[in-house]
Amino acid sequence: MAEQKTVKFIIERQDTPDSTPYQETFEIPYRPNMNVISALMEIQRNPVTADGKKTSPVAWEMNCLEEVCGACSMVINGKPRQACSTMVDKLEHPIRLAPMRTFPVVRDLVIDRSRMFDSLKKVKAWIPIDGTYDLGPGPRMPENKRQWAYELSKCMTCGVCLEACPNVNANSNFMGPAPLSQVRLFNSHPTGAMNKAERLNAIMGDGGLANCGNSQNCVQACPKGIPLTTSIAALNREATVQMFRDFFGSDYSY
Amino acid sequence: MAGNREFFNRRLHSLFGVIPIGIFLIVHLTINYQATKGAEAYNAAAGLMEKIPFLLAVETLVIYIPILFHAIYGVYISFTARPNNIRFSTFRNWMFLLQRITGVFLIIFIAWHVWETRIAKALGAEVNFDMMANIVDNPAMLAFYIVGIVSATFHLSNGLWSFFVSWGITVSPRSQRVLTTVTLLIFVAVTFIGVRAILAFAV
Repeated sequence: MAEQKTVKFIIERQDTPDSTPYQETFEIPYRPNMNVISALMEIQRNPVTADGKKTSPVAWEMNCLEEVCGACSMVINGKPRQACSTMVDKLEHPIRLAPMRTFPVVRDLVIDRSRMFDSLKKVKAWIPIDGTYDLGPGPRMPENKRQWAYELSKCMTCGVCLEACPNVNANSNFMGPAPLSQVRLFNSHPTGAMNKAERLNAIMGDGGLANCGNSQNCVQACPKGIPLTTSIAALNREATVQMFRDFFGSDYSY
Repeated sequence: MAGNREFFNRRLHSLFGVIPIGIFLIVHLTINYQATKGAEAYNAAAGLMEKIPFLLAVETLVIYIPILFHAIYGVYISFTARPNNIRFSTFRNWMFLLQRITGVFLIIFIAWHVWETRIAKALGAEVNFDMMANIVDNPAMLAFYIVGIVSATFHLSNGLWSFFVSWGITVSPRSQRVLTTVTLLIFVAVTFIGVRAILAFAV
């Protein structure tokens, strides 16, 4: 019988949030059309390293398995991306996996993306429609604008743009491109626009819009192809106008 | 304005880089360019600047305060970044890193340059063609000045690109690409003026 073809994985592991990271190598049987998740499942089934040592199974997060939830983001061969949509056949071998260290590591490849969800709350990335009575339908959105806004709504809070950004790190409190682009999305919605100034003021505060250094890595890294740098530049324009409205006073600065 | 400090500081930093520092740099290098027409032409042009009324007040408002703010806040900005150019080797990411490297280097260069010329003048030396000719007589100093001038012209041109994005003037990717070309041409033109001027002192 011909020898079984194998795939080699070098995985950066970490047992607890504060412990020292270490590497382990795994060699798993090859199957056609494998993705990184299916390889991790194989390691979970048989957690034995390449040199035969029994070890704990590698921990990772996953949910949708079709690149819409953002949970399985990790650094694969140096690039942050989703493990579910990364095909083993298209990677350079051995395959190196590491957690996205811009975020606190929980265990192995599992990270805590809370800071992104906190930012979304900070910038009010929603449309308030609650009242004490039925407010009825809001203004209509033109179809071509809806199609345009749909591109911005593809954001899955996966954290890849924060991992790619040189200005998001332990030395700065920059919220990163994803929550900023959400402000552009909700501000362009006819009902959302009623709270436009509130969101702009949130991103004109600490850790907001002005921290962008224009390295434009985010737009290159975004798995959903969201025009993040265009969003940031568009918000820069809005913020310039808002800044003058706030200072000199304006009836349009509510 | 409280709580809005960071936004205000970043915008002020961006503005100061172009107005007045960028304008000052272009005026400065253009006056230096007179050195290519001989010592007398340079001394006449430099002398004209010294005739500006309320010189010290103008220098303080237009040069010293903006440059000090831009430099100090710029160092803070530079050291809050964690460059990742090996993982993301794109053109804009390299410009991002170079903008920070040239900025930090310019603090050293400008401090040295001000000490040798403006502070020397305050202590009694005369600023003229011979002063600069003596400085760049040393090949190491000439190299230091050339690197300093190119850093300054790069930092201005690339900073101009960021200025247009930071103030929301160039939003579309196409306008940003066109601006890359325009600022590149500005870089070439201003560098030519600056380097040719310093070489005129060296011959």
